[in-house]
Amino acid sequence: MSSTSSQRAVYARIRNNPRFTELVAKRQGFATVLSIIVLTIFYGFFMVVAFNPKLIGQRLSESSYVTVGIAAELFMFVFFWLLTAFYVKRANGEFDAMTTDIIRDAAKEVK
Amino acid sequence: MLARLNLALLALLTPALSFAGDAISATEKQPLNLAAIGMFVVFVSMTLGITYWAAGRTKSTADFYTAGGGITGFQNGLAIAGDYMSAATLLGLTALVYTKGVDGYIYMIAFFAGWPIILFLMAERLRNLGKFTFADITSYRLNQNRVRTMAAVSSLTVVCFYLVAQMVGAGQLIKLLFGLDYNIALFVVGALMMVYVTFGGMVATTWVQIIKACMLLVGGTLVAILAMSQFDFSFDKMMGQAVSLHSLGEKLLFPGTLLPDPITALSLGLGLMFGTAGLPHILMRFFTVTNAKEARKSVLYASGFVAYFFNVILLMGFAAIIIVGQNPEFFEGGQVGGKIIGGGNMIAMHLAKAVGGNLLLGFLSAVAFATILAVVSGLALAGAAAISHDIYARVIRKGQSTETEELRVSRFASVGLGLVAIVLGIAFEKMNVAFMVALAFGIAASANFPVLILSMYWKGLTTRGAIVGGYSGLVAAVLLVVLSKSVWVTVLGNAQAIFPYDQPALFSMPLAFLLTYIFSKLDNSAEGNAERAMFDDQYVRAQTGFGAAEASSH
Repeated sequence: MSSTSSQRAVYARIRNNPRFTELVAKRQGFATVLSIIVLTIFYGFFMVVAFNPKLIGQRLSESSYVTVGIAAELFMFVFFWLLTAFYVKRANGEFDAMTTDIIRDAAKEVK
Repeated sequence: MLARLNLALLALLTPALSFAGDAISATEKQPLNLAAIGMFVVFVSMTLGITYWAAGRTKSTADFYTAGGGITGFQNGLAIAGDYMSAATLLGLTALVYTKGVDGYIYMIAFFAGWPIILFLMAERLRNLGKFTFADITSYRLNQNRVRTMAAVSSLTVVCFYLVAQMVGAGQLIKLLFGLDYNIALFVVGALMMVYVTFGGMVATTWVQIIKACMLLVGGTLVAILAMSQFDFSFDKMMGQAVSLHSLGEKLLFPGTLLPDPITALSLGLGLMFGTAGLPHILMRFFTVTNAKEARKSVLYASGFVAYFFNVILLMGFAAIIIVGQNPEFFEGGQVGGKIIGGGNMIAMHLAKAVGGNLLLGFLSAVAFATILAVVSGLALAGAAAISHDIYARVIRKGQSTETEELRVSRFASVGLGLVAIVLGIAFEKMNVAFMVALAFGIAASANFPVLILSMYWKGLTTRGAIVGGYSGLVAAVLLVVLSKSVWVTVLGNAQAIFPYDQPALFSMPLAFLLTYIFSKLDNSAEGNAERAMFDDQYVRAQTGFGAAEASSH
């Protein structure tokens, strides 16, 4: 799947645009931070399940059957989903606007 | 080729089948359920109508594989949710919560947590680089023949194992729900799947999945609300009764046998998380949307629906402990605490009957059947694409085939896969097929995922590294599952498992990564250097979407 020479020229221009480097750094950094948050919480939870199962079954209060485990999982379901919403909002807004600009500039200059 | 591979495997396993006869209690045939059959007929007529409509719109290969790339993020999100949540999700996970309590919830979070990772690390690059199959991405700058062949082989392996697991489950379930004979049930499922995929391609498959996802969400929510109303919508009230009635008592709230040790927990977590990111039928859904924006939205909606539904299942499972677990009507011989009529998988169905009568039972049965159809159709389409797009059009014909020829091959491939699924489904009727799902996720995480993610992120990847790493991941995953309890003991009848864990990913996935890395690093060939040089353009396209496959309009 090779690209045409005019496409390659556009790719080269985009690569040399400092705004492209900025876009990639920002978006990649954002995605990496979010991934680390998810992975840390998720595997952290699994380690608690494996090493300290007693804690998982502990109730939050005497009168309630909501345990640490149930609360933590519900939190993960909601929080992870909110993180995806956060990423989509920023990527589809701020980052995509940058991308559109970068492509327009590069395509214009090549023609 | 794949059929041969599976037949070889079958021949290998046949002598052992007799041992495995009672591994899962073969389900009993139930009396004909008219409400269920009526609602199912409505669903089938509706989907066949859609298939007829879709057939008129399936003219090019792009229509067939990706519905012309014009699906919106919201539609695709529903379809992904419909593709991802199988009948095993609805029935198996409800049963898991019913029998093991909070263990089921832990399992569900592992099934969910892969989605945010797919979004952050993969979604936009998948859409920007891929066209029809994920092999388009792995072979983007690597050797077309060898890398595509490998991707097709591992895709087909995943698809076949997943397909057989779904078919066997489908047969047992339909026998139970509708009172149809096991073999007839398989023919019905296989035939409908072939019709949807062969005539309607991705357009029909997508709509079947969307309709099914809506039915599943509505059905589950209805059952959960009716069930919770018996406890005045109080979680504490329900849990108080569940804990006092369940044989596990307070242990219901603690992790139990599902994750007995850290290695099992870690391997399961890895396998489910990264397996999701390597399932060919899920990856394929990312090519159906217009652009990266919609691809991201797909994940947002899909993960929202999945997360919501898993929590509904938790409520259903706990409520069933009281509502089903205390009702003699649902136990064989009316013995509360004895054997559940129809086996453990029927908990969700019994709950539907208890809270909503025969009508709700019928509806949920139709949902379960629809679920099976939607999942197998997605799988068959992904398998067909691997055969026709990767192997036939790219490897055999080197891109010289016409669209008409490729379409014809993909339709034959769909029919072929349908037949393979029916035959293997019948052959494996009496076998415990649980290992097949572990294997599908294990292979997806060990063979597909490492090569896919490295091809998008690592400039140093070369064909040699990808081939060595990918095939080792595939072989290691299969070997470890064969040596694990689910095959070595349950299927082959040995006394002790050689590999002590069920999910191979913790070992086979790092192995694939390591070998891919080492062999790419050691590769000083001219081809290898040329492949590295091509990364820069690929990288710009992955990041910006410039030059990405566009949606075709008709």
